[in-house]
Amino acid sequence: MPRQKFSVLSLLWKSLGQHRGWREQWRRAEPKAEYDAVIIGGGGHGLGTAYYLAAEHNLTRIAVLEKGWVGGGNTGRNTTIIRSNYLFDESARLYDHAVKMWADLSQVLNYNVMYSPRGVMMLAHTVHDVQSAKRHIHANRCNGVDNEWLTPEEAQAYCPPLNIDPGLRYPVLGAALQRRGGTARHDAVAWGYARAADALGVDIVENCEVTGISRDATGAVEAVETSRGLIRTRKVGVVAAGNTSVVLGMAGVRVPLESFPLQALVSEPVKPIFPCVVMSNGIHAYISQSDKGELVIGAGTDVYTSYTQRGALYINMHTLEAICELFPNFRRLRMLRNWGGIVDVTPDRSPIIGKTPVPGLYVNCGWGTGGFKATPGSAHVFAWTLAHDEPHPINAPFTLERFRDGHLIDEAAAAAVAH
Amino acid sequence: MLLIHCPHCGRRPELEFTYGGEAHVARPLDPAAVSDDDWAAYLYSRKNTKGVHAERWRHTRGCGRFFNALRDTTTDRILVTYKAGERAPTGETP
Repeated sequence: MPRQKFSVLSLLWKSLGQHRGWREQWRRAEPKAEYDAVIIGGGGHGLGTAYYLAAEHNLTRIAVLEKGWVGGGNTGRNTTIIRSNYLFDESARLYDHAVKMWADLSQVLNYNVMYSPRGVMMLAHTVHDVQSAKRHIHANRCNGVDNEWLTPEEAQAYCPPLNIDPGLRYPVLGAALQRRGGTARHDAVAWGYARAADALGVDIVENCEVTGISRDATGAVEAVETSRGLIRTRKVGVVAAGNTSVVLGMAGVRVPLESFPLQALVSEPVKPIFPCVVMSNGIHAYISQSDKGELVIGAGTDVYTSYTQRGALYINMHTLEAICELFPNFRRLRMLRNWGGIVDVTPDRSPIIGKTPVPGLYVNCGWGTGGFKATPGSAHVFAWTLAHDEPHPINAPFTLERFRDGHLIDEAAAAAVAH
Repeated sequence: MLLIHCPHCGRRPELEFTYGGEAHVARPLDPAAVSDDDWAAYLYSRKNTKGVHAERWRHTRGCGRFFNALRDTTTDRILVTYKAGERAPTGETP
């Protein structure tokens, strides 16, 4: 069924019927007995992978299996920050590939993902922070990634609520600003990809949990067992974020991942006050304002591994103390709700995108605390990897084997985020 | 916040402790003799169990000692704690 196109005219036309004439944006698909490719995980990365497989690699029989609902995992739980100011060449290429795709994603999908390049400003509070930020800026510029140094006064001019009082316990000594960085609407990314993939014939099967992966005599993948029956396929892409260890364990593949809760919270909605994204890795706080008016706040992960999708209150307290210090006029805001997602963290804090030792089994995982920003780029190169049975040049360094071979992409210290 | 039973000091709030990752990961006795795959597995591969997980904790702001715990990672409930060097109640070697 061709997708219903969204445009000013179609919106006006449907408004005459009080918007009752719209169809569902994607079908409620029943799982078929066999597919050319099965994607496990219906978040942004998984739905995007299915979309690019159909749109760019002409695979027609594709299913996305989601144990819950579309976008109900980390896609719907993150703080929606987009940036590409990573230190190493491999990371800069990967994340900037995504940032470039964000620019016209709404047009490509005919779905407003509300990408807003409002600028991501990362604060420096110590001499070490300053030196590290300037090193990042130079490295980024060498890789064609925009990033610039701001003095405290320039930082405050860019973000007026920022407190640059030198008497602070952790004073703002300056900031690195990536102007192309920003935010997007997380749900719209999942929905937009789901709708676009569905229009190309992809079956999106919700409430379908994978319980096993069957392999033939040669060891290659031949089927996935699910809560809704056996599905035969020769290609399986695992995009299961915090549950990746569990899913890959079904095929006997061990991965260097640990799953941690990562919490976020939002304030009550207020009028527009916060024009950009501010991150402080030194004192563990990220903040931006959603288009609904809520301040969206995030921090580092909880300390112990868990699958509970909740975390300790003291982690949020720590973050809010930092927010109140940096933005004193938010001290009387009430927090509306908080939640957690389960993030899969690798030892070098870089993702794993590629083949596994099992023929026909591919994995896209290890995005840790920062996967949302990479959604289009990650899905694009992972679809390429599935279609060609070899990695795209951009994700070629992000193999599972790098841990054996010692070619780590060690953003753990370099990504300049709170882990 | 968890309430954690230190085998030496008794029940204390989580803030007194530091998480130490998966327990019973044994360093190969002769690193030069193990394959690259086995060495990488020792360094990086973790069970990341969804369910009962044997893990190390350190009572950093108390007695300072390491000990082990069995915790259900689907509920965060700590089932039992035991001293470092003791065999895990699940039968894993120390």
